Amino acid sequence: MFSSEVNQMLLQGIGETLYMTLVSTFFGYVLGLPMGIALAVTDREGVKPNAVIYKILDVIANIVRSIPFLILLILLIPFTRLLVGKSYGSTATIVPLVVAAAPFIGRMVESSIKEVDFGVIEAAKSMGAGTFSIIWKVLLVEARTSLLVGVTIALGTILGYSAMAGVIGGGGLGDIAIRYGYYRWQTDIMLVTVILLVVLVQLLQTIGMKVSVRLDKRKS
Amino acid sequence: MSEIQVKNLCKTFTGKDTVVKALKDIELTIESGDIYGIIGMSGAGKSTLVRCLNYLETPTSGEVWVGEQELGALKEKELRELRSRIGMIFQHFNLLMQKNVLDNVCFPLLIQGVKKKEARARAKKLLKTVGLSDKEKSYPAQLSGGQKQRVAIARALASEPEVLLCDEATSALDPKTTASILKLLQEINRDMGITIVLITHQMSVVRQICNHVAIMEKGRIVESGSVEQIFNHPETDVARHLILGEHQEEKENGEYLHSIGVESEEVTGDVF
Repeated sequence: MFSSEVNQMLLQGIGETLYMTLVSTFFGYVLGLPMGIALAVTDREGVKPNAVIYKILDVIANIVRSIPFLILLILLIPFTRLLVGKSYGSTATIVPLVVAAAPFIGRMVESSIKEVDFGVIEAAKSMGAGTFSIIWKVLLVEARTSLLVGVTIALGTILGYSAMAGVIGGGGLGDIAIRYGYYRWQTDIMLVTVILLVVLVQLLQTIGMKVSVRLDKRKS
Repeated sequence: MSEIQVKNLCKTFTGKDTVVKALKDIELTIESGDIYGIIGMSGAGKSTLVRCLNYLETPTSGEVWVGEQELGALKEKELRELRSRIGMIFQHFNLLMQKNVLDNVCFPLLIQGVKKKEARARAKKLLKTVGLSDKEKSYPAQLSGGQKQRVAIARALASEPEVLLCDEATSALDPKTTASILKLLQEINRDMGITIVLITHQMSVVRQICNHVAIMEKGRIVESGSVEQIFNHPETDVARHLILGEHQEEKENGEYLHSIGVESEEVTGDVF
């Protein structure tokens, strides 16, 4: 349909989009998972309530989450440049993606952990489990399915955000869609990139759900 | 020697604009090797009381002694160590749903830092004791209520406790399964010398396995003594109600079932 150059470009776009999505999700969890655990544990109804820690994390999560991603992208340019040396391209896009994703992931982790039956936590306490054992051996284990559903949602959302970074030359399929489709009126290329984005999200979603269902032992 | 002693225990829950006095001046002595029942209607405070016995609930005032130790005087770490000497089972079993039966029983041992291999060996032995050797690899969702409670009992016994607290352990089970679980508890008490404290609202449970019983109403223990004594000479209305009420209920249910053509022996489900 397209010239081999365009095909090459689209292929590279897919590669960059996946690269940004996967790496950002990974680092998003590096920050967001501990944050979510801390939110759930220090909550008033949590295993180890701590109003100060909860409030601090709560405010951070809300502030970051209320800044529109496009604005965050621009606000973070100096920071991104400091960290990776330049402010455009897919590697640079990972920085704002991680910053935007971490609190959102933290909230999802928090809600997954809060779903764990209080009775099981109480049983663990009655056996002499400390906070760390409860987090590690009860909360994360019992919330496994819900956490994996969260990963799936995070992947889809971050993929969408990565496309938005195309506005400032973020690389990936979104970048192509904006440059060719929007600035150069090449609707066909834009349509193809959109279809490719849809297919990628579908794929991640299907795989994620399959894995989480397979690992769920609650059904007989 | 007394295993558990509760002195002048009070527990008050303070909400935003509500104050609930769940426990008032509780005095309780449970001898080593006893099977002690605590019975009362729902809301009488019995679940709160049993949670004070291992400090899952911190009393507002008063003392709880387990053996030579006063729980209020213990540091967090000491308290956790003490808890491993007190097993507990629950109405809704509270098993790890994502772990298989064997791993569930290993769980308290792994918390205490027992090696995995040793934990598994001990867990297998306990599963044999509770009659579930063939279910090692099953997940809780695949088990019946009675089987789940057996797993919970094996788990509670894993750390070789001196005391076993049972919080409405048979309330979610049908009469036949209840009887088999009570028999198992009786064997555990007899063979391992474990003191059992049993919370229930069913007088039939007390009658079946307890030696002593305390009757609770509105946060107080209104009557206590040997089961025989309480059954033969109940002194309070609550006690009479619990003893007679149950007969009445059984009779009424029997009549009802008879009238719709069901023999009472056939009924194993939760008819109440």
